[in-house]
Amino acid sequence: MPLDASFAGRTYPPTASYEVCREKIREFADAIGDPDPAYRDPEAARTLGHPDVVAPPTFAVIVAFRGLDTIIGDADLGLDYSRVVHGDQRFSYRRPLRAGDRVTATAVVETVRSIGGNDILGVRCDLATEDGAAVGSAWSTLVARGEGS
Amino acid sequence: MTPTYDSVEVGTEIPAQEFVVTRADLVRYAGASGDFNPIHWNQRFATSVGLPDVIAHGMLTMALAGRALTSWAGDPAALVDYGVRFTRPVVVPDEETGALLQVTGRVAEKRDDGTVRVDVTATSGGDKVLSQARAVVRLR
Repeated sequence: MPLDASFAGRTYPPTASYEVCREKIREFADAIGDPDPAYRDPEAARTLGHPDVVAPPTFAVIVAFRGLDTIIGDADLGLDYSRVVHGDQRFSYRRPLRAGDRVTATAVVETVRSIGGNDILGVRCDLATEDGAAVGSAWSTLVARGEGS
Repeated sequence: MTPTYDSVEVGTEIPAQEFVVTRADLVRYAGASGDFNPIHWNQRFATSVGLPDVIAHGMLTMALAGRALTSWAGDPAALVDYGVRFTRPVVVPDEETGALLQVTGRVAEKRDDGTVRVDVTATSGGDKVLSQARAVVRLR
């Protein structure tokens, strides 16, 4: 059964805060093999004008996916995540995430489409610090393959 | 040398980069990112859902292409917008050599606000694995 198109426009409550820390940034930078000292050395980050080590741009997916979990976990929507593939991804940044940030993600279902038996969900997660300052946004297209495909 | 807004033109190429992606890299990325979907580490599961083999996380491919952008720009904060479409998977065989990802990019537009748009090409095994891969980069 196709997803209910009336979910388009729905905003979910913000997630609990995610605390960005130096060691997690280092772990992520290691995992993508990026040797940039701005991800590891606070002095190198300060030289670039950042108050502490910054996270690689796609680190934001860790926080954004917590927002997506609020959509995936909505039994009323009924998205079968085992059938989902990631169609596209975009980020826009006010500034990089950095060590010490406490960030929430607020998920919004932007579009619900059904094409050729597949459900295509366009979602946005807005990332903000606990005091409400916007950090950036992440847009994802999730494609739930139909039962027959 | 770090590029400046004035030093680049439409058509300026960013340095091409090659990345080797092995099964071990996928396990490491799964742990770091929290994405433990078995299509990225379990061949039996991957083939059971119709994939040719284990495939890399799309977000890892996006991150590696992002490395080509941030290392060119000289500051991770230079990236103000970055988007990709995942067109084809990066297939990662169970071999030491893994998969090879090749990333190139060129300045496609100079904007009045001090940013440039860079169009990125990422290929693996002869296939374009990303499409509409583009970034807005703020140069000094």
